[in-house]
Amino acid sequence: MKKPAPRESSKSFKIDSPESLQLFKKSIVAGESATGKEVVICCGSGCMSSGSEHVREAFVSESKQQGLEDEVTIKRSGCRGLCVRGPIVVVDPDDIFYQYVTKEDVPEIISETLLENRVVEKLLDEDPATGKKYLHEDDIPFYKKQKRVVLKNCGRIDPTSIEDYIKVDGFQAVAKVVSRMTPEEVIEDIKLSGLRGRGGAGFPTGIKWETAGNAPGEEKYIICNGDEGDPGAFMDRSVMEGDPFSVLEGMMIAGYAVGASRGIIYVRAEYPLAVHHLSTAIAQCADLGLLGRDVMGSGFDFEIKIVKGAGAFVCGEETALIASVEGRSGQPRPKPPFPAIQGLWGKPTIINNVETLVNVSRIMLNGAEWYSKIGTETNKGTKIFSLVGTVRNVGLVEVEMGTTLREIIYDVGGGIPGGKRFKAVQTGGPSGGCIPEELLDLPVEYETLANVGSIMGSGGMLVMDESTCIVNIARYFLDFAQHESCGQCVPCRLGTKQMFKILKDITKGEGNPQDINTLFYLAEAVKAGSICGLGMTVPNPVLSTIKYFRDEYREHIHEKRCRALVCRSLISYHIKEYKCKACLKCLQACPVDAIIGAKWQVHEIDQTKCVKCGTCMEVCPSRFSAVECVSGQVIED
Amino acid sequence: MLDRRLNKILSVFEGEKGDLISILQRVQEEFGFLPEDALAAIAEFLKLPPSQVFSVATFYDYFHLTRRGDHLICVCQGTACHVRGARDILEMAEKTLGIKSGQTTPDFKYSLDRLACVGSCALAPVVLVGDDVHSKMTMKKLKDVLTTNRDNKESETG
Repeated sequence: MKKPAPRESSKSFKIDSPESLQLFKKSIVAGESATGKEVVICCGSGCMSSGSEHVREAFVSESKQQGLEDEVTIKRSGCRGLCVRGPIVVVDPDDIFYQYVTKEDVPEIISETLLENRVVEKLLDEDPATGKKYLHEDDIPFYKKQKRVVLKNCGRIDPTSIEDYIKVDGFQAVAKVVSRMTPEEVIEDIKLSGLRGRGGAGFPTGIKWETAGNAPGEEKYIICNGDEGDPGAFMDRSVMEGDPFSVLEGMMIAGYAVGASRGIIYVRAEYPLAVHHLSTAIAQCADLGLLGRDVMGSGFDFEIKIVKGAGAFVCGEETALIASVEGRSGQPRPKPPFPAIQGLWGKPTIINNVETLVNVSRIMLNGAEWYSKIGTETNKGTKIFSLVGTVRNVGLVEVEMGTTLREIIYDVGGGIPGGKRFKAVQTGGPSGGCIPEELLDLPVEYETLANVGSIMGSGGMLVMDESTCIVNIARYFLDFAQHESCGQCVPCRLGTKQMFKILKDITKGEGNPQDINTLFYLAEAVKAGSICGLGMTVPNPVLSTIKYFRDEYREHIHEKRCRALVCRSLISYHIKEYKCKACLKCLQACPVDAIIGAKWQVHEIDQTKCVKCGTCMEVCPSRFSAVECVSGQVIED
Repeated sequence: MLDRRLNKILSVFEGEKGDLISILQRVQEEFGFLPEDALAAIAEFLKLPPSQVFSVATFYDYFHLTRRGDHLICVCQGTACHVRGARDILEMAEKTLGIKSGQTTPDFKYSLDRLACVGSCALAPVVLVGDDVHSKMTMKKLKDVLTTNRDNKESETG
């Protein structure tokens, strides 16, 4: 890991009191460029994969060429959420939102928008129905129904600049807490706010803190759980990458409240950018005296170190995470004793999720009362979801608790693309369940989701349309579960393996009528016989899909048919003789030479050779559409 | 050779038990995998039974006990990629490279892995070649990616 270079401006300056923080903030605002011209390039993982770094380089070189480097500030930001339209560039002072920006667009943006104050129309978001163009982020439907509390800074500040964070009221919350509140008052405020843990189970954060605060012992720990292992979830990653200082501030507040002087961030090693941004942030805080001894002259000492995980889903579980930090295999242990009493190295330990800790910073800045007004009676605040799958606006969304699934999928997510029908939405990753269309008006709350057999989880939300096979999805999650089971509890280790095997057989057309009952029986055994949250929840994808989509299981078992045309053993590809123009495209593309034919000779698929990869269908020109895929029926050529 | 490189890594640590995973990570970064001799030396350094070091090294997916290929090809199997056909992509990659996921080609040029997840769900399905993210993969694109990669590397190495 590269150590960040010492920063000139603040090398000798220390923030040693709440007053000096205000002074520092003032000096940053005073030093800003007078033109206010700023180009903010999203460098979240999604936009980076779409080439935002090339766009940034183009802005730097082009502005240099045009002699604008003193007038225009070019900065990177974290994820703005609308990952599917990346790379995203926002141009200030007018806050103009450009999407799908390529490096070829850069000269035009500079000469038009930055120099002439004109808008580059082709890069604006456009309503597909009305043709209306949206100039600003807030006008775009994707953002309209969202409420960005945790993601407030994400996409707006440079995550590697402490000055940027201080400018948007950074560290004001911790200044208030350490200078004007007692630890008990902080805990009381968190309890009043109604904040519940965002890791998945929704345990009230204030009560957890109180337990650790009251636990005897001088040495206590705060652990930030950044081991986001859910496949298809990237909320915590985006927050750690895009707004690392808010995470640190939340940890400092937690440390002050429970009397801990050491913080640990446990983050997945697969998230190198998050690790880099967090360590840069820690170094910058230490430079300014915000971490270390006597934070802001209050007598409170706090230090934070990063521990990288090693790729085990189960380490998201509190006691497994502790085992991993202690250098052991990530195997959970029975609770109680809870980590808040006996955690890391046997000391009282608070483990909070990334999102929970950022909520803490916001609550202490704006007040518990403000926070308790957001959301519903029992579910306060907002929740971030990573909205993925077959939905138009794939990305990171933050909505008020109590928003319905329909609003999230259709209003924020823009609905299902390609004229396809919605089938189900899966929340909570491998521990969650599939929710069918008739329950779409369900408000998103911990309890409502649990009542229908799913969970809130950390916030994965997978939308599926009719081209997704529900049995295959259950099989997928069980494959994941049997791989990630730590192996300690026999019902989990062996039960998930058996369930996976049964599901595999069903998708291969080798299921038998008793399978559904056996799956039920095994699922109950795994739930009852496991000591940790993983074992207790991983049967959920199977149970919920059987509950709501039993028909599809039956079709697979009895009719050997997969209506979504996904299960390979149950489908076959055919070339319609009357449509085939013998263009040779599929014949050349077939990886196993299963296509018979020649120029002027209509093609045919040799079913004994075909591996059903679908390449022929992919390459057949749409004007011919000669390849068809069928299941459960006899085709006569 | 191994000793010198290993000692350099170990010298940063103070021999506390909690350091085991960090040490293994650093050793793997240095050698590309965890050589058996290194595991024994680490056990001695931390005063742990070798069985415990081996247990940790095999528990976590991140660690590899055998030599890996020069180029790592990872096919994301996250949920978003899965519903967009990641399993087919993985099978095709296995066929093209002639190895199963988790294996390395006999010439140590390529290793193939599955992982979940890359976090680039908007661009699903994705394949990582080294650090490069290849997005919205199709069978055809995969073939192109694997063959260009192969050709480039071959012309580089002469």
